[in-house]
Amino acid sequence: MIAALLRRDLGKFFPFAGGGAALPVVFFVAVAMLYPFAVGPDANLLSRTGGGVVWIAALLAAILPLEKLVAEDIEIGTFDQLRLRGITEETMMAVRLLAHWLSFGPPLVLAAFPAAALLNLDGPTLHLLLIGLLVGTPGLAAIGLMIAALTASLRAGAALSGLLLVPLALPILIFGAGALARQDAASLGFVAAISLLLVAIAPFAAGAAIRAAREV
Amino acid sequence: MQAPASSTLCANALACRRGDRLLFRALSFELTGGEALHVTGANGTGKTTLIRVLAGLTTPYAGDVVREGMVGLLDERPALDPDRPLGKALAFWTHIDERIDARIDGGHDAAQAQRALGLEPLMEVPVRYLSTGQRKRAGLAALIGRGAGIWLLDEPLSGLDAAAIEQVTALIAGHVSGGGIALIASHQALEIDGLRSLELGDYVPSKRTGHTESAPA
Repeated sequence: MIAALLRRDLGKFFPFAGGGAALPVVFFVAVAMLYPFAVGPDANLLSRTGGGVVWIAALLAAILPLEKLVAEDIEIGTFDQLRLRGITEETMMAVRLLAHWLSFGPPLVLAAFPAAALLNLDGPTLHLLLIGLLVGTPGLAAIGLMIAALTASLRAGAALSGLLLVPLALPILIFGAGALARQDAASLGFVAAISLLLVAIAPFAAGAAIRAAREV
Repeated sequence: MQAPASSTLCANALACRRGDRLLFRALSFELTGGEALHVTGANGTGKTTLIRVLAGLTTPYAGDVVREGMVGLLDERPALDPDRPLGKALAFWTHIDERIDARIDGGHDAAQAQRALGLEPLMEVPVRYLSTGQRKRAGLAALIGRGAGIWLLDEPLSGLDAAAIEQVTALIAGHVSGGGIALIASHQALEIDGLRSLELGDYVPSKRTGHTESAPA
């Protein structure tokens, strides 16, 4: 049953799987491509600041899928029908979290290779960047899911979710990008810890938000 | 479509409100297998709210609901992915139902329901291109495929043509005579044997006394 749910969710959100949700990855690479044009081709400057730019791009890319993440299924009644079949909102949201992360986390990690080449990042920096994105994107996905569920019944939900995600994602950005500046892998432990906490609470918070949206 | 297990649906002194307004109060009824109830009432009297409370999706302001047996809900939102072809959207629910209840022979039951409702020519059409009536019939096909004992139907006949109304009425009557429960909120007249009716207007508080009602436990 969980496999069936996951397959549907992935079909909806995975890049190039018909849903056409490749936008975050394209956006991510586009930022990395535009940055050298904006600051000039100084290889030294690019490799010093490039890692931070990649992190900002990842954070902004995480905002893009939020609009469709939860609101559409509330609107067409999918969550109600699943509830009637005895599936809890927490299960639905845990599956949705996994599908959301799979559809933007690993693609961003892969897209970090061309981004690193465009920004002249050296080997050790790329190494830290890849690990950082791998442990940081689940946290971004969890924040995104909670916000999407909370704002799903609001009319300006899409615009609001972008604004809400930015401050909540700051700790991940600080430790993730900080690891690059100091070449210090220990900061990534903090990123992993924050991600773990967010992933653990996201299904419950988002599930409660879905239930609350019904009572309006 | 196997015979649903024996089921009951009971409402005890239900009261519901929307915002500050009390929609209805002291609403009680009991339905057992083989019974059907037609809920009528003007727009805004709370038919949809009643159905969502009976389904357990929202909590009533006061009173409680007793359900024995699986509940199937058909409302104006058929829960079919707008971007996918109808066949695939329906197959998702068949798949889920098969996982939940091993008795359901999804492939066979679902195909039979889809044929009965004339959906076969539409299987390749994305759900977003379907008309209101076609979508309604697709939702009903998904409901039948579940084998739920209790059917809660919110305006099942709206948007249907004369032939489809006949088909849907016959399907509901078949479900009831097979031992199932049907609760139908509709403005249209229904021709089902033994159909009881309930006018929500009779339960509207005479004055706007919403604020003085005792709070739910």
